[in-house]
Amino acid sequence: MEQQKYIVFLFPSVSHTLKAEKILKEQGIAHKLIPVPRHIGSDCGVCLRVTADRQDAAESALQGRVNWEEMVFL
Amino acid sequence: MQPDPGADPIIYFDNAATSWPKPAEMIEAMIGGSPGRSGHHRSLDAGRIILETREALAELFGSNDSLRIAFTKNATEALNIALPGILHSGDHVITSGMEHNSVMRPLRFLETQGVQISVVSCSGDGRLNPEDVLAAIRPQTRLLVVTHASNVTGTIQPIAELGQIVRDHGFLFCVDAAQTAGALPIHVDEMAIDLLAFSGHKSLFGPQGTGGLYIREGIEKHLQPLMMGGTGSRSEFEVQPDFMPDKYESGTPNTIGLAGLGAGVRFVLAEGVEAIRSKEEGLTERFLKGLASLKGITVYGPPDAASRTAVVSFNVAGVSPSEASLELDERFGILCRPGLHCAPAAHRTIGTFSRGTIRFGFGYFNNDEEISFALEAIQSLAGGSTEQ
Ligand SMILES: Cc1ncc(COP(=O)(O)O)c(C=O)c1O
Repeated sequence: MEQQKYIVFLFPSVSHTLKAEKILKEQGIAHKLIPVPRHIGSDCGVCLRVTADRQDAAESALQGRVNWEEMVFL
Repeated sequence: MQPDPGADPIIYFDNAATSWPKPAEMIEAMIGGSPGRSGHHRSLDAGRIILETREALAELFGSNDSLRIAFTKNATEALNIALPGILHSGDHVITSGMEHNSVMRPLRFLETQGVQISVVSCSGDGRLNPEDVLAAIRPQTRLLVVTHASNVTGTIQPIAELGQIVRDHGFLFCVDAAQTAGALPIHVDEMAIDLLAFSGHKSLFGPQGTGGLYIREGIEKHLQPLMMGGTGSRSEFEVQPDFMPDKYESGTPNTIGLAGLGAGVRFVLAEGVEAIRSKEEGLTERFLKGLASLKGITVYGPPDAASRTAVVSFNVAGVSPSEASLELDERFGILCRPGLHCAPAAHRTIGTFSRGTIRFGFGYFNNDEEISFALEAIQSLAGGSTEQ
């Protein structure tokens, strides 16, 4: 089985992250809040992970509503 | 009318100071913690509760970005971020003759630091004429700060018109919405409001210790925070974050209070500000009509209920405000507030500076029977008094 590919969105603060979580929840886009992986290193504590195939959907849902700092492939 | 002996003997008419009772949902929200499985989940759940409160407030104020709202412990703290944060030596600020000390004291302090202040006089019933604001504008004008409605007379200022003037002239507009958030419609874009300070514990039905400041996009770049410290973001840096809301939210938040505030704001949204306003205006109109038919009563502020919030200041001939309020409390169980109401400028405007007034502040949970009962109580005070 091929390994699942993920994208994580990193936000400036927890408030931003939770706002993004709410938007994805409302739009029915599967996602998970995870601690920021060490090697990525920003420190707001949590970031938002989606599977790679949901990247476009997540991006367009968040666009203009909450700013992210980085989008990183895991 | 006699009070119903089985009923709660208290008639609460001090909603302009702090609202009472609160909706049951507000109490429940504060008691029911979040059942997280670990410390980490708990902390995220607390964050989600605060976000929901922000979102509800953004909806109420017509802002499409809830992160533009920073929480404070009250409107006073919000004004103390906004005013010293914006105004620096050499700047000019315009305000009205109806302001609360939460505006006037920071401004009088800033005056000693080289900020120029114009206090534009209002009419005897507390109205600020936009033409007079126009005439006060100078090249150095940086800010107009006005109360949306007076806490002494309830007089509602023409906020949208003032906002247009400010926008046309390219300076900033700060509104003290302590008396109006939840009680009157507020739309930060349509009213061109750049900074909106609000209280959580009045018409938003939150607990005391909650309030906040809406900050229009971009303004945070030039607005110093009042406090700095840990915000949970960017821990690796020793400089204060420069973005909303973290720039103004240092330290552990009042999560329990903000949970209650969220429930209060959702109550307001569910009832509808228009419905709340219409009920409060009806009570105020009934009271004003009743007072007009009594002898020995002076009423301050606009004659009609439509031009004021549910606040009525008045005096009874021959009885001081403090005597009157004590009598109302002890003989009739009516709780109100006597005195100067933290707004000496407003009392100078309406001509009650040293005497003060008796202030009734009605709320959404008051009813017609309470108004009728209060009118009879006031009549007996007026009748029983001897003119000195
Ligand atoms: C017009 C006005 N501004 C400011 C305040 C201060 O509000 P807070 O008690 O939330 O600091 C009040 C209420 O006390 C008020 O009525």
